[in-house]
Amino acid sequence: MENTMLIWILLSPILAAIVILFLSEENKKLLRLVALGASLIPLILSIIVWVQFDPSKAGFQFEFTAPWFQAINSNFHFGIDGISLPMVLLTTILTPLAIWASFSVKDNVKAFMALFLFLETGALGVFISLDLLVFFLFWEIGLVPMYFLINQWGGNNRNYAALKFILITMGGSLGLLLSIQIIGLTTGTFDLIEIYQLWPSLTLAGLQKILPFGLSITTVKTIAFWAFVVAFAVKVPIWPVHTWLPDAHTEAPTAGSMILAGVLLKLGAYGFIRLVIPLFPQQAQQFATVLAVLATAAIIFGALSAFGQRDLKRLVAYSSINHMGFVVLGIAAMAYVGTSAEGALTQSATIAMNGAILQMFNHGLSSAGMFFLVGVIYDRAHTRQLDELGGLWAVLPKYGSTFVFMSMASLGLPGLNGFVSEFLIVRGAWHIFPLATALGMIGLFFTGAYVLKAIAGLLHGPRNERWINLSEMNLREIAIAAPLMVLILSIGVWPSWILDMINRAVSLFF
Amino acid sequence: MGFPILSVMIFVPFIAGLVILFGTRQKPELSKQVALAASIIVLLMTFALWASYSLDQAGYQFIEYIPWLPDLGIAYHLGVDGLGIAMLVLTGLVVFTGVMVSWNINNRPHEFFAYLMFLATSVLGVFSSQDLFLLFFFLELAVFPKYLMIVIWGSPQTRKYGGMKLTLFLFIGSVIALVGALAIYFAAPERTFNLILLEQAGFSPDVQRLWFPFLFLGFAILGGIFPFHSWAPDGHVAAPTAISMLLAGVEMKVGVFAALRVAIMLLPQGAQYWANWILVLATINVIYGAFIAMIQKDFKYVIGFSSVSHMGLVLIGFASLNADGLMGAGLQMFSHGIMTALFFSIVGMVYDRTHTREIASLGGMVKVMPWAAVGFIIGGLVSMGMPGFSGFVAELPIYLGVWRVAPLVAIISALSIVITAAYILLTVRRVFFGELPENLDPNMPGISIKDKISIGLLSLFMIVIGIFPGLMVPLIESSVNHILTLLGGA
Repeated sequence: MENTMLIWILLSPILAAIVILFLSEENKKLLRLVALGASLIPLILSIIVWVQFDPSKAGFQFEFTAPWFQAINSNFHFGIDGISLPMVLLTTILTPLAIWASFSVKDNVKAFMALFLFLETGALGVFISLDLLVFFLFWEIGLVPMYFLINQWGGNNRNYAALKFILITMGGSLGLLLSIQIIGLTTGTFDLIEIYQLWPSLTLAGLQKILPFGLSITTVKTIAFWAFVVAFAVKVPIWPVHTWLPDAHTEAPTAGSMILAGVLLKLGAYGFIRLVIPLFPQQAQQFATVLAVLATAAIIFGALSAFGQRDLKRLVAYSSINHMGFVVLGIAAMAYVGTSAEGALTQSATIAMNGAILQMFNHGLSSAGMFFLVGVIYDRAHTRQLDELGGLWAVLPKYGSTFVFMSMASLGLPGLNGFVSEFLIVRGAWHIFPLATALGMIGLFFTGAYVLKAIAGLLHGPRNERWINLSEMNLREIAIAAPLMVLILSIGVWPSWILDMINRAVSLFF
Repeated sequence: MGFPILSVMIFVPFIAGLVILFGTRQKPELSKQVALAASIIVLLMTFALWASYSLDQAGYQFIEYIPWLPDLGIAYHLGVDGLGIAMLVLTGLVVFTGVMVSWNINNRPHEFFAYLMFLATSVLGVFSSQDLFLLFFFLELAVFPKYLMIVIWGSPQTRKYGGMKLTLFLFIGSVIALVGALAIYFAAPERTFNLILLEQAGFSPDVQRLWFPFLFLGFAILGGIFPFHSWAPDGHVAAPTAISMLLAGVEMKVGVFAALRVAIMLLPQGAQYWANWILVLATINVIYGAFIAMIQKDFKYVIGFSSVSHMGLVLIGFASLNADGLMGAGLQMFSHGIMTALFFSIVGMVYDRTHTREIASLGGMVKVMPWAAVGFIIGGLVSMGMPGFSGFVAELPIYLGVWRVAPLVAIISALSIVITAAYILLTVRRVFFGELPENLDPNMPGISIKDKISIGLLSLFMIVIGIFPGLMVPLIESSVNHILTLLGGA
């Protein structure tokens, strides 16, 4: 059954981008409105898909196949399940908000908006691809608009940050590309559904010629596993390959940071869930402890580094490393248990996995919100140094309240979304990696510390006369923050609307 | 035999060249228009060939055969297979865009366009020849126009050196190949230069092993194989824009095409025997070319060395001697031809306005010529093998092919992707973004509509092939299947 719904979600941003290229640069207002309007189309379509999606069915829905590169047996094969659907929704929610947030961009509006829509297609393509090569296609193609967004509209050190971003990510993906080639050569297909069946159980002896240096299939799988892990770890990013992230965030324009933290980091975590664990179950199980250790390191070091920052945007950037560490911890728990364990552990792993996916969604909302708010204050004060700011709550009460709300979501205050997902991860991982989880919870303490440091540095303290004339958040800015706050609160209070969908998909995993 | 479409296509530019040289001497505008008309006719004819080539039938089609020197087994024998069609389309595109971007040549324009047309005839002839003697005939026809165009219209500092170096290297290459060609001519059971017959000649393994290096290396020098690549960047940089486009875009393909058509297809066992050596040299091409491109200070040299790097991938695809590798090599020949023609045309546009190619003294060109910047970026994405563009669909099968024979080569040469990304992105940023240097006039003229059409056409092909590789793959596959039978039957 061919269903073109996903194709329209995928292609509508890029079609809009092409339309925008033909509009005049002079009419900035029209360009902005067209971009915003166009980005609402995938949002509406993905809400329709959400409603029509049947969570009780196993496997992928809304499948679509069209030939791409038949000579090497690779096709445009798309489809979604309960894991990718929340990610698609997250992308389609955040893109219009980010575009709306960039109405303040003045130079080269046309190129900015076109690149942004292009970026949305790139991210969506990764989430819905069911063909390894097509997955890789979108994985790489998304780097290009992000590179130019940082490079053209970024801060002072943008050249360095943009090049570092794209080279580290591309370098990380090299092993992924080579491993995809090995998988394609040994199984004869790039279709993910077929590879799920063929690759993990592959033990053929007649493949010696393809395998380099006469290595055994197990060794090759282990190498390919690590190549996948490196590619995705760079994107998440997992300590110690995270160094591109603070630079990229600091220099990126506000909307770029929102999408980078909100969506692009999720691509890495999604890669772990969609590819690494199903394709390499034995290796994942074997090396899950390593992943858990790295995740703990990310949680603790991310929080400590965030606490050490003076620049508010860098602080928020490091907080992403901290929060994505929890996602990886949940994934590691799931990898460790695998499919073979007894009931109790499987239940724990399911809980951790649920938490990890929900945390991806939640972090997408709160980090996009935080970066947006950083952008709001930077637009006014033209500084992000916590030493220079201070006492702003009295000047900007609406802004102050919004900032505190977002910070609390980030901190994991019960009643808001971050608490639900982090609790699930910790609850699930506790029986599997007690030490790592305990250390991670100490990390949570530091999370509280840096969030409070940010609030104190920005909002409290003696009122600085320099900022007495700053203007309050305008209506547009409030309207951008509002949907994020509503979603944050709704997941915090009543998580089951999204958790049910995730839970069923995760249960089908085991 | 029907309508001699190949002959007409080959000789339309030749006649146009003669008309320009002798007929329109005093009318530069008319010379340009004649050249443009001829290049459009050629382009349309190559599209017609593409459309009417029968994939079901495959093999060599549009055959023309007229005995020339029957005692020696020499004939005027034309015909093309799928890969040949792809190369003809490439030539049509590059010649057309080459004429378009050379519109502002005012120094002896009639000679310039006449030589350009002769060059086109030479290249089209090589791709269509089914007679080894005729192939050499067409190949050598290019020597004088090439040399003259470089030394007359080339860049003043290096044109004498670059032109001489290029001509000598190519001459040496074709002499080496000629030695091999004569050797197999005498080794063949019957005295013939007919390539289709020679394919079936069944040379003994000793003959194949002995003479394969002559034929392959001789032609591969024309394709820029390491360590005989140094003529390529020097020659390309010295040449005027349209000639750089033709040299790097098409002439390098002539070299590797002949290496495939003559050396590999006539001496398949020789190819199997020497494949590992080719892989070693080609891998050096890929990595070394990319590193050298990265440290260049001259805009045009960056592109010159990137060609060396990318042509290495074509040779790797050849040396893998299997379906994926050969198909990827064919696609890469087409993709790289288009890409490098686009690069050189844009380098020329920048140089025409700034009169410098020093990367350090360029910047901010995007404000002056946004089309050129976008074109260069698209070319850059093709160059770094970005999925969704023609470079990826070409390079991926090459890697798949070489995995089967030499996984280490696949791993090493894949590193070039990141190196390429680095030098392309750095060049894009330094030349097109940032501030316009103070000594450059911010109100310098933008690029003409002809330039835009050229950039648009070449970019379009790279994107369309990247998204719909199925348009070109069956064509190349049909040739590859034939080559595989030769390899298997050996």
